[in-house]
Amino acid sequence: MSAVPVPYRVASARPETADSVSLELVAQDAPLPGFSPGQFAMVYAFGVGEVPISVSAIDGATVTFTVRSVGAVSAALGRLGPGSPVGLRGPFGTGWNLTGTADADVLVVAGGIGLAPLRPVVHRLLGPAGRLSVLVGTRTPADLLYPDEVAAWGGTARVEVTVDRPDREWSGSVGVVTALLDRVEPGPGTAALVCGPEVMMRRTADALLARGVPADRIQLSLERNMRCGTGHCGHCQLGPLLLCRDGPVVDCAVSRQLLSVREL
Amino acid sequence: MAVDGGSPGPPDGSGVIGTDGLAALVEILQARGFTVVGPTVRDGAIVLDELASAEQLPYGWGVELEAGSYRLRERADRAAFANAAGPHSWKTYLHPARVRQWQADRSTGRLSVETDEPAPHRYAFLGVRPCDLRAIAVQDRVLLGGQHRDPVYQGRRTGAFLVSVECTEPGGTCFCVSMGTGPAAGPGYDLVLTEVADPGDHRFWIRSGSPEGAEILARLPLRPADPQTVDAAREGVASAADRMGRSMPEVDLHRLMAGTLDAPRWDEVAERCLTCGNCTMVCPTCFCTTTQDVTDLTGDHAERWRLWDSCFDLDHSYLHGGPVRASAPSRYRQWLTHKLGTWWDQFGSSGCVGCGRCIVWCPVAIDITEEAAALNDWAGRRDARSGGEQP
Amino acid sequence: MTEPQRLLDGLPDAHRDGLLALARDREFPADSRLFDEGGPADRFWLIRSGEVALDLYVPGRRPPVVETVGPGQLLGWSWLFPPYRWHLGARTLGPVTAREFPAAEVRALCEAVPELGHELAVRCAAVIAERLQATRLRLLDLYAPDGGDRS
Repeated sequence: MSAVPVPYRVASARPETADSVSLELVAQDAPLPGFSPGQFAMVYAFGVGEVPISVSAIDGATVTFTVRSVGAVSAALGRLGPGSPVGLRGPFGTGWNLTGTADADVLVVAGGIGLAPLRPVVHRLLGPAGRLSVLVGTRTPADLLYPDEVAAWGGTARVEVTVDRPDREWSGSVGVVTALLDRVEPGPGTAALVCGPEVMMRRTADALLARGVPADRIQLSLERNMRCGTGHCGHCQLGPLLLCRDGPVVDCAVSRQLLSVREL
Repeated sequence: MAVDGGSPGPPDGSGVIGTDGLAALVEILQARGFTVVGPTVRDGAIVLDELASAEQLPYGWGVELEAGSYRLRERADRAAFANAAGPHSWKTYLHPARVRQWQADRSTGRLSVETDEPAPHRYAFLGVRPCDLRAIAVQDRVLLGGQHRDPVYQGRRTGAFLVSVECTEPGGTCFCVSMGTGPAAGPGYDLVLTEVADPGDHRFWIRSGSPEGAEILARLPLRPADPQTVDAAREGVASAADRMGRSMPEVDLHRLMAGTLDAPRWDEVAERCLTCGNCTMVCPTCFCTTTQDVTDLTGDHAERWRLWDSCFDLDHSYLHGGPVRASAPSRYRQWLTHKLGTWWDQFGSSGCVGCGRCIVWCPVAIDITEEAAALNDWAGRRDARSGGEQP
Repeated sequence: MTEPQRLLDGLPDAHRDGLLALARDREFPADSRLFDEGGPADRFWLIRSGEVALDLYVPGRRPPVVETVGPGQLLGWSWLFPPYRWHLGARTLGPVTAREFPAAEVRALCEAVPELGHELAVRCAAVIAERLQATRLRLLDLYAPDGGDRS
């Protein structure tokens, strides 16, 4: 029953950056149905509350969530160690639509924590996609998620990372992630998957549209307040969409106009 | 006191009962284990409550309804159902304001989560207006019609016995006709009554709409449905349809809501709107809820409670440090565009059933039919200026 | 398309050819300084490959990098208006190939062909606007935990 948390256990808790931790979870008893990249779970910290978090790695019945500490619940989750119980409800929502990506030109654009929901789709595409490019924007080099993995992806895909603010050791790109688009030249044949702060997604979407990427081939992972995850509480509305059910992954043909209405 | 075992009803599932028949209906339902809920007078209004007997129905009570105003008045006749738009709707029982969803325990080291057993009783709703009957159907779609079903609503809705009552006395704020939901009852009832409150022969034309309804109908002290009663009943409903106090503009409301997101009217209505959320509380289709997690002192036992919520609440759209819909215009716009517009996109129907409660119970008398008309006027003028209809 | 063309996109052929005639292809090794803050802005480049870091002179620190410019992008717009001095310094990160344009000759050509001058000024303004937008976004610090909202 999707309203009741299923008991899971932390198999490993891996600090990723100063304020985020990846929790690898295994079911205590029967696991939930399989997650697809882009889907999310309502993750329950005992006695504190639930937050919606997109799955950041899928390995059979083991699922990983990268949690950034921004409130009481996420902070509580961030303090968990191996063996701690966690409640999980899901999988909820629409995942990344991978139809038409085999042998195609696929562009993944991640901003900040937005790399977490995109990581499992990169895992799926490294190989099948005709040409995979991954552009990552982050605040500082220390805030880059999964740096070793990102570097490893460069063996099979075109990977570019940029920071808003370099540190002394950084010898890579400095600037916004959209400035990297010139290097990969997306166009009418590209399928794009974008995730990050909403402003970044709007700018990236507009830059892609300006380069001729079709609106229905630009997917964004949107976010609104979520309480139930099952389409019953009304909180996650964005105009006609219930993001827990019609999202969080929504293509630009559906969502671009909605994102420009103030306070929708 | 005839309870079970009354004369078998006519084979076509309809008949006429008197007020004794209505009393018998309540007794039969109670004898079968139903909790009977219906309208009754309390605290200066006609509210919904558990009924011990049919005597508690609001016989002889009417209401005067206007925007921002609700007054009980004594009627000249003894009609029980010649009133409308009380502050309660059936969602109070089907989609309760406060309910525990589950309990969790970790004292053994293992996390265990339990739900409560569903309540064993079944509800019988006596006096479901056609607008409210539609509202139940609308909430059915929201809470049961998607990929996930709400177990609390399901437990209460399955097995609920609905006795609908058609309207013969619309209120000044009713607009069920323009929303296509009344004053005649649509499908979904187990039994339907139409009151004919003639002094000396106060009776109801009763029909069944389900096998269980037919079975219970057969046990009532019925007389055959005579043509005079049927005509009087039909005439009462037809004349009610002509006496609606209000109506929505006859336009595609879904399209209107989508096309007026930037209308200045939202700012105007927000100058009056208190964002108190009364409309969402009394609306029979509003379903928003929020959750509350509590623990005991040991920290090993936790519960999740679900409570009614309102899109007028600032926390409703909280995201990353603040509400997405911070301003009053944006929250009023969310409510109305959802109710009349995006509900279609999300659930395939309108969210509004024309009951008029939001108009009555708004402390500053905001009238959504007036707001919709104003938006329609603005859209018409805008489209005329731009030389054609907007997409 | 193998050339970095955006600055030149859509220019009438005669104007484009006139500009390109002034340019020459350059190669720079890694970690070489192209120019220093305050120096004469006597050239500009369209980067073809590699990346250039723009930095600022801050006493007591290795010059912090404020932005990098990569393939397809314009490096240098201070040549367009007086005092024709660089606002930032530039250093190649890795090996860089670029088309190099001499500033004084390009300005002279723009004086002689006002339409070209106008076109170039508008296009450079667009690049500057894009850089400014990007910088403003970075100032917002949207990737920060609170989305950059400090109360």
